[in-house]
Amino acid sequence: MALNIVVCVKSIPSSVNVGVDASGQPKIAGVPTALNPFDEFAVEEAVRLKERVPGSTATALTVGPDAAAEVLREAIARGVDGGVLVTGAEFEGGDSYATSLALSAALKKLHAEKPVSLVIFGKNTSDIGAGVVGTQTAAWLDWASASAIKKIDEINEQSATVTRMMEDGVDTVKLQLPACLSTVKEINEPRLPSLKGKMASKKAVFPKWTAADLGLQPAQVGAAGAGASVLKASLPPTRPAGLKVEGATAAEKASKLVDILVERKLI
Amino acid sequence: MANGILVVVLPSRGALSPSSYELLGAGRVLADALKQPLLAAVVGGGAAALAADIAARGAEKVFAVEHASLANFTEEAYAKAAAAAAEKSGASRIVLPSTVAGRAVAARLAVLLKAGLATDVTEILSDGKVRRGYYGGNLIAEVEFKTSVAVLTVAPMTFPRAEPKGAAAPIEAVAFEPDASKSEFVSFKAEESREIDLGAAEKVVSGGFGLGGPDGFKLVFDLAHALGAAVGASRRAVDSGWIPYRHQVGLTGRTVRPKLYVAVGISGQIQHLAGMSSSSTIVAINSDKDCPLMQMASIAVQGEYSELLPLITGEIKNRKGAVATAA
Repeated sequence: MALNIVVCVKSIPSSVNVGVDASGQPKIAGVPTALNPFDEFAVEEAVRLKERVPGSTATALTVGPDAAAEVLREAIARGVDGGVLVTGAEFEGGDSYATSLALSAALKKLHAEKPVSLVIFGKNTSDIGAGVVGTQTAAWLDWASASAIKKIDEINEQSATVTRMMEDGVDTVKLQLPACLSTVKEINEPRLPSLKGKMASKKAVFPKWTAADLGLQPAQVGAAGAGASVLKASLPPTRPAGLKVEGATAAEKASKLVDILVERKLI
Repeated sequence: MANGILVVVLPSRGALSPSSYELLGAGRVLADALKQPLLAAVVGGGAAALAADIAARGAEKVFAVEHASLANFTEEAYAKAAAAAAEKSGASRIVLPSTVAGRAVAARLAVLLKAGLATDVTEILSDGKVRRGYYGGNLIAEVEFKTSVAVLTVAPMTFPRAEPKGAAAPIEAVAFEPDASKSEFVSFKAEESREIDLGAAEKVVSGGFGLGGPDGFKLVFDLAHALGAAVGASRRAVDSGWIPYRHQVGLTGRTVRPKLYVAVGISGQIQHLAGMSSSSTIVAINSDKDCPLMQMASIAVQGEYSELLPLITGEIKNRKGAVATAA
């Protein structure tokens, strides 16, 4: 038994503490990029599955500009075997709808080359943060999917039994493979890149797939294929100046605080 | 031409949550903005029985989708059932909750209906555009849909809960035949403590690294119980193993928007602020008056939490007791 695992990753600004630029969009020009933090957990889980099921392979997949190859190298440094870069000007400005279509087309191509067992995603990206791309990708492929996964309990070539973190407890769900899993942070503790991994990442060469390679029309992807667009970004409203609760003793402060909360009908 | 705003209510374990009524509240805002009728669908186990409650809260018509395959939540079956209701309704906008289930159904619906999608919507504008936070809450995006049908999930604790109005809307059962499912629900294990769920809490008390250890959370829980609040935590407190991850508030945890957020011993790293800065009233309790959370709080109390918390909890209990006696 061996698994063919794909982990989807994204290159995002390394800090999301950004302002608005002159065109009314997030001011991210010049901000260094990094692997989306939640994707570290997805990559780690792919590597752990490789260790759990000997003979398995793990491939990182991303959609982005040429520079996004850096997050594929980061994934390799962390232990995956290789990467695929879906790239081209036509992919720019895509939303979750257009980007998930691009990912699904790339997965179809990978699946045709060698059947895919499992596709792992992070919880969400720290920039856009919709947390839907994994499920949308599964929908395009008509594959099974489950979100908020905190544990892969059992896995073989046919199915995976997983633990899902719901608002009121945990569900156990069994999925036929191939399937797409969106994970939560609780699934593991990512290890740092190893020296061996770093060496491998420097030498790695990635296939670059364009829309044409994936059988997609330019109008289906990027800004043209998006179902929604951000017209403008703005800063959140500033909060009014706060109140400092003063008092000679802790008891006086406690009493004053409760007075204020009662007055504001919060108790 | 698609017409109507369809609110999709997803019962959890056979019951409606108060956030279901917030969906109807959000749907009403959108219906008024676009001048389209408000419709609702209840999808899942017990839908037919629960539809009557929804039907009394302002929708013109309620669709109920129930089937053995929907007894428990799986993504594909629920999405296909919601799509059946959406197609039957002919709606132009489908509104879902920003829960694990709601987000997944919205994601699949968007693909099934070839619809644009916006999640975690916090504001609906008069022309039907929506706003949502992104970049960890540092920015607000104004989103326009480019498709005739669009799907949105609304942030909890954001829209008013629709009240029962008396007149009940007609309920229509929607036939649903699932495909052979690729997902199978196996079991559910309830959260043992039965604490209030963070995401839908009106009040939250959170503890941070300043608590100094797991014992500090006892005082946080005491205050939370006195207030009827959920318990949250900063990432450092969770990473230190003082409290489970499900309590984490912030960029890598849950986003909360309660009426009252009490931060105890939390300095206010930007990652934490991302998860709670939309709270209506923020109380900070900290020994460091200059930390970011004390600076941005609506009400700041400087002092040792170990001294202040029992006093605050006691004071709240006293006054509640006094009110109860007076009544």
